[in-house]
Amino acid sequence: MTAPAPVREARLPSLPVVYRARSSVELKEFFRQRESVVFTLLLPVLLLVVFGAVLDFDLRDGVSFTQYFMAGIIASGILGASLQNMAISIATERSDGTLKHLAGTPMPRSAYFVGKVVQVLAVTLASVVVLLLIGVVFYRIDLPSGTDWLTFTWVAVLGAASCTLLGIAVSSIAKNGRSASATVTPFALLLQFISGVFFQFSEIPSWMQTFAALFPLKWMAQGLRSVFLPDALAADEPAGSWELGRVALVLGIWCVLGLVLCVRTFRWQDR
Amino acid sequence: MPPGGPLDADAAISVRGLAKRYGDFTAVDGLDLDIRRGEIFALLGPNGAGKTTTVEICEGYRARDAGEVRVLGEDPADGTRAWKARLGIVLQSGSGDSQLTVRELVTAQASYYADPRDVDEVLALVGLTEKAGVRGKTLSGGQRRRLDVALGIVGRPTLLFLDEPTTGFDPEARRQFWSLIRSLRDLGTTMLLTTHYLDEAEALADRVGVIAGGRLVEVAVPGALGGRETAPAVVSWSEDGVRRSEATATPTAFVAALAARFPGEVPDLAVARPTLEDVYLQMIGDDR
Repeated sequence: MTAPAPVREARLPSLPVVYRARSSVELKEFFRQRESVVFTLLLPVLLLVVFGAVLDFDLRDGVSFTQYFMAGIIASGILGASLQNMAISIATERSDGTLKHLAGTPMPRSAYFVGKVVQVLAVTLASVVVLLLIGVVFYRIDLPSGTDWLTFTWVAVLGAASCTLLGIAVSSIAKNGRSASATVTPFALLLQFISGVFFQFSEIPSWMQTFAALFPLKWMAQGLRSVFLPDALAADEPAGSWELGRVALVLGIWCVLGLVLCVRTFRWQDR
Repeated sequence: MPPGGPLDADAAISVRGLAKRYGDFTAVDGLDLDIRRGEIFALLGPNGAGKTTTVEICEGYRARDAGEVRVLGEDPADGTRAWKARLGIVLQSGSGDSQLTVRELVTAQASYYADPRDVDEVLALVGLTEKAGVRGKTLSGGQRRRLDVALGIVGRPTLLFLDEPTTGFDPEARRQFWSLIRSLRDLGTTMLLTTHYLDEAEALADRVGVIAGGRLVEVAVPGALGGRETAPAVVSWSEDGVRRSEATATPTAFVAALAARFPGEVPDLAVARPTLEDVYLQMIGDDR
């Protein structure tokens, strides 16, 4: 018998160190992949350019539809950066063995989710900035002012949080990235049609409004309209006001529900 | 190893009475196994025999239904970070497409461990130095497998699991891989290797174990598996244009007698012991 090798005493890396490493991995994975950048970042931009050019009619009191559409397309951009992005990327990572590989390392499991959250925040920020830039430069969108920015921030963050959790939960249902994409993409498109993104929400049949009100997108778009539209237009909303309290409540409930679903359904390996 | 004996506290892996069922199918059925520190142990067995289930229970991926398991002294079901930091796992499935470069992937993996190996040293060890700046998804099959091994060893594991590591390798790549495994053994790494290639088990393993029907049916050094070293040798030659062969326990005497019958060389003379493949196929055949 040879003497046992001396044990190398060393402490596991601290959480911030691993969080930073995972965040860097997630940012590179997203921004280096042409498909995800085009699909998640450029599609809303393209829609803004096309819809902004085609549907620049006057809504009321000199407010153009583009101003209305701005709120909706930003909400859509957030939906893409969070729900669609998470559902597809995590389903892919589960089916190709990335998650199983990570589960076999001493990486703290929270680090995986921290990395994803950083990715969603970065993509959301990039999406919002690009959309605002195009809106201002090409369509002379009126930027929010003063406390509107505060509303903008909490609606965007709460919306992104609820949709991220929902996306992680949805990824567990899908067999792989392709099937996640085939399920989530049409559903997101459907929601965009009935949640006041492409059309005015008040023009949509009321049963569709009710259905749309079950999901976060409608509330994100509504919250952002309060930021981009003059308060006089709140009268056109089905409730006659922006209902910011209810926006916070519904998005908050989705956060809780999404978290519960994530905790109960998340798997590190394929079945 | 007596079935049901106590766990071996000094072993890298010690398993007693392991059982795992999936519905009606019994994948592992009372399996005992000890893997010593510092050895390369090859686990052989047909698909569905319980190999991967056993290995994945030891790696902490699956829960067992019954039995005792200690891996590096701990129960894999607890799966603490400190315990995982002492393992290296090369999965059959690999680790997916990545937009990161080879160096970035190995560096990220290193950041999860307390005392990682130097990244460039690891890349040199697996022969990926020239591919360090290339994105993971563009690597060939063999290069990917070497990347998987790099990810498995960068944390300086005490125990390395290698699940079918050379599937899809060309012969030259396999030879290179074997020398990598041998150099890891020289560094003191214990390895549990599962493979379908019997020549690989024979070339690398200190001991081989054969799993069939969810049980370990035999453990031996490769040369002695299935009584190979004492099995009758087969002497074959050509005589009067006919290929002839004879099984004998005393091949030396037989060949000497044969040599006396021919004026010069015995035509097409060959002496063969049963190959590892012969005894392996017989073993898993017996179980069916």
